[in-house]
Amino acid sequence: MSEILLETKHLTKEFPTDRKGQVVHAVNDVTLRIYKGETLALVGESGCGKSTLGRTLIRMLPATGGQIFFKGQEITSLSEKEFRAIRPKMQMVFQDPYASLDPRMSVRDIIAEPLNTYKVCNSKKETTLRVAELMQSVGVPVEFINRYPHQFSGGQRQRIGIARAIALHPELIVCDEPVSALDVSVQSQVLNLLKDLQQEFQLTYLFIGHDLSVINFIADRVCVMFLGCVCEISRKEEIYEKPLHPYTSFLLDAIPQADPHLRNKERRLLSGEIPSPVDLPSGCCFHTRCPYASEICKKERPALKDYGGRLCACHACQP
Amino acid sequence: MDENLTYLPDSSDLASQLGEKDGIKEKLLRMCRQNKLAAASAIIIFIIILMAVLAPVIAPYGESEQDLLNRLQGPSVAHWFGTDELGRDVFTRILYGARVSLTIGILPSIIALVVGVTLGLLAGYMGGWVDYLIMRVADVMLSIPSLLLAMVVMYTLGSSTMTLFIALSMVNWASVARVVRSHTLSLKESEYVEAARSIGVSKWSIMFRHIMPNCIPSLIVLFTLNIPSAILSESSLSFLGIGVQPPQASWGLMVNQAKEFLFTTPWLCLAPCLSIMVVVLAFNFLGDGLRDVLDPYMKTQ
Amino acid sequence: MENENNILEIRGLQSYFFTEKGVVPAVDGLNLDIPKGKIVGLVGESGCGKSMTARSIMGLLKYPGKIAGGSILFDNRELVGCRNRELRKLCGDDLSMIFQEPMTSLNPVLKVGRQVRGALLTHNRSLSKEEAKRQVIEMFDRVGIPAPEKRYDCYPHELSGGMRQRVMIAMAMICKPKLLIADEPTTALDVTIEAQILRLMKALQQETGMSILIITHNMGVVAEICDYVYVMYAGQIMEQAETFELFDHTAHPYTQGLLASIPRIGANPERLHTIPGVVPNLLHLPQGCTFCNRCAYATEACRQSRSELQSVNGSHLVRCFRREQREEDAV
Repeated sequence: MSEILLETKHLTKEFPTDRKGQVVHAVNDVTLRIYKGETLALVGESGCGKSTLGRTLIRMLPATGGQIFFKGQEITSLSEKEFRAIRPKMQMVFQDPYASLDPRMSVRDIIAEPLNTYKVCNSKKETTLRVAELMQSVGVPVEFINRYPHQFSGGQRQRIGIARAIALHPELIVCDEPVSALDVSVQSQVLNLLKDLQQEFQLTYLFIGHDLSVINFIADRVCVMFLGCVCEISRKEEIYEKPLHPYTSFLLDAIPQADPHLRNKERRLLSGEIPSPVDLPSGCCFHTRCPYASEICKKERPALKDYGGRLCACHACQP
Repeated sequence: MDENLTYLPDSSDLASQLGEKDGIKEKLLRMCRQNKLAAASAIIIFIIILMAVLAPVIAPYGESEQDLLNRLQGPSVAHWFGTDELGRDVFTRILYGARVSLTIGILPSIIALVVGVTLGLLAGYMGGWVDYLIMRVADVMLSIPSLLLAMVVMYTLGSSTMTLFIALSMVNWASVARVVRSHTLSLKESEYVEAARSIGVSKWSIMFRHIMPNCIPSLIVLFTLNIPSAILSESSLSFLGIGVQPPQASWGLMVNQAKEFLFTTPWLCLAPCLSIMVVVLAFNFLGDGLRDVLDPYMKTQ
Repeated sequence: MENENNILEIRGLQSYFFTEKGVVPAVDGLNLDIPKGKIVGLVGESGCGKSMTARSIMGLLKYPGKIAGGSILFDNRELVGCRNRELRKLCGDDLSMIFQEPMTSLNPVLKVGRQVRGALLTHNRSLSKEEAKRQVIEMFDRVGIPAPEKRYDCYPHELSGGMRQRVMIAMAMICKPKLLIADEPTTALDVTIEAQILRLMKALQQETGMSILIITHNMGVVAEICDYVYVMYAGQIMEQAETFELFDHTAHPYTQGLLASIPRIGANPERLHTIPGVVPNLLHLPQGCTFCNRCAYATEACRQSRSELQSVNGSHLVRCFRREQREEDAV
């Protein structure tokens, strides 16, 4: 295994609600590792805490419990000032290419913002050249440098967002559903771009998504989340071949495949809704929807156990 | 976006080829080209300001030079806008009045804008007790009738043009702060503000570079609305005897004095009213033009 | 109606936006049939005019959009040029629509049960309130809302996205429409919920024998439940066929590109297929085929003129010269 870039230990994130004493348990006791140069995908349904986890990892949100280590250094206890030196190493690409760019800033200003914030360039001219270079590496024509976001298509805007994220030579990029707002043909362009950039700049991605077919293309390892808990972490080939956690197999079964011949294939569908993250079910979070749930699942929360390099949190798991 | 794009040659003078973003001067020029009404308004405002500054030079008579034999005369060659009840030349008094009215219309509005924007941004972005404190003070300001508030300030600080500024600024900042705060609350949740935070942009920079520019359309509307209300508040205060003191001239004061003669000599009222109207309209059109030129969506490709 | 088996026939529909910059042909000469009791898919990327088509049928075009020509025959009634009140009566009675975002299509300050009941009562005035409520609860039950009596008194924000979409479906179904138009019904939902909703729509369709027009960008949804598919690009139909025929014998380069760019489970390519370029600006469409500047097979003929929709195999129609070319080669 290669070097660990980022590691969390028992990471927890809670949000206060309007009612006193009640909290939303967005991330529960998450322990995971991200290795240098890999793409770890976080998958789950909306409200499972995957975006919150991604933001907490890079300290966009303060963690309420647990620890985060970046290259061996604990970062949750750092002051804002101390963390400033690490911040450029962790960047983010956002979901909505229409909302993530300031409509009143030109492309030049948007991409130059990280450069100016850390005073990377010495002169205006140098900044312009660097911006132009970044635009080239993400495939936005340089002559559009003085244009505004609304003059671009969704795919181009997402490229601009990516250029902004790679401007400071980060090591880790959290991609929060970067292609889910894009059309299929544009989606494939952006996915290819992300893969190319990863090779060119030795980037590590934490790729947050809900579309398992997209994740199948981009990820090396997949982490499945449900209601703030990690269900399973496996290598991509293994997870699609033989999912360990029942929730993973339901997720895989639910994807509508672009092949009508698979239409009549027996598919098991999950019934029911996601429980409220305010009062978590006792025991395993998934037991209210799980057809295999037994008594122990209602009482005891399963720990994440190692099954030959794969991690799974399920009492019934048999590798 | 495709793979086979043609890029500009990657030479050292690429930076100069790409040019600079247009500064304020270019933006203003562009506005004048695109929006003739705004350009005309800017010229009118400039001329009025010039006339106010040069009043002693241009004015055919002295500011309070009385000619009791020629009271309440209609417009004539000698008196363009006629004379008032003390036989003073109305045109002259309009020129001198512009000095007071324009300063009182514009300066307190600017002060209110600066104070209101800063406090509104702070309240909205910081939240917590900062928000609570600022907004409660603003609520108090808004709950007191503005004229009463101004009167209290004027009585306690004594009546002078300076205190008039303070009084009128205090009346208006709270509404600006409220509007800015509500914008800030929604904008600070937006993804681009989050993106700026993820880069590590400081909160001041986020407030003034990301949030404030996106409030500009409402700010321009508020600013242009504040100007006439300040001019009129001044006239009310003057009427109550705590604003501008006669024989000094101001447009508001002139309207007030002229209203007694509304049915006998209407032009007396007409001149200051028209002046206020022209200024207010000019600022409105200029505001519209500025808003458009600052809006990237209006830029033609 | 040309064919008595069709519930809806669109002929030469032109829905244009009349903007200051010029006329935007969002839908340009569209022909579309929806047979009785079938599920038809209209698929395309954003901005291709698929939602405009739905809005044209429902008479919901927003200014500056207008129907500039063509006809929409629904159950032997002409909808184009039909006065608003008649259309309203028709909508809801025989023609219903569900939208993409279930949160914004429900009134946030009214209880969901009352909103659905309101829809029922406006179209069926003779019903008593109690009877209407009973019917609503029954419908909630049918669309799979658990504890329907309790949900009747919920406000939209108290329901999850999937539940809200079920409420929308209940509202659309309550007047037993002959045609249901679903505009991206599952785009805002999670995969597990999406699968539930698709299954529900299919079941309701089989139960009631109504027709459904599904508008989507997701080829997976099309493959899942549609009987017949129209592929739309830049305001025109590029290819239309039975679902199996379309996926097995894809004929148009655009459809081929679209299908190839979907990442698939099982395949592990290094790079994904992409369609180069972007959707053309509808204000400045190329003179020839709208797809010619992104098409790998484009020839001079494609850049000069547009092909008509031509049959490849029975009801499988394609708008492409290349098809003819191939046939000539074969001869």
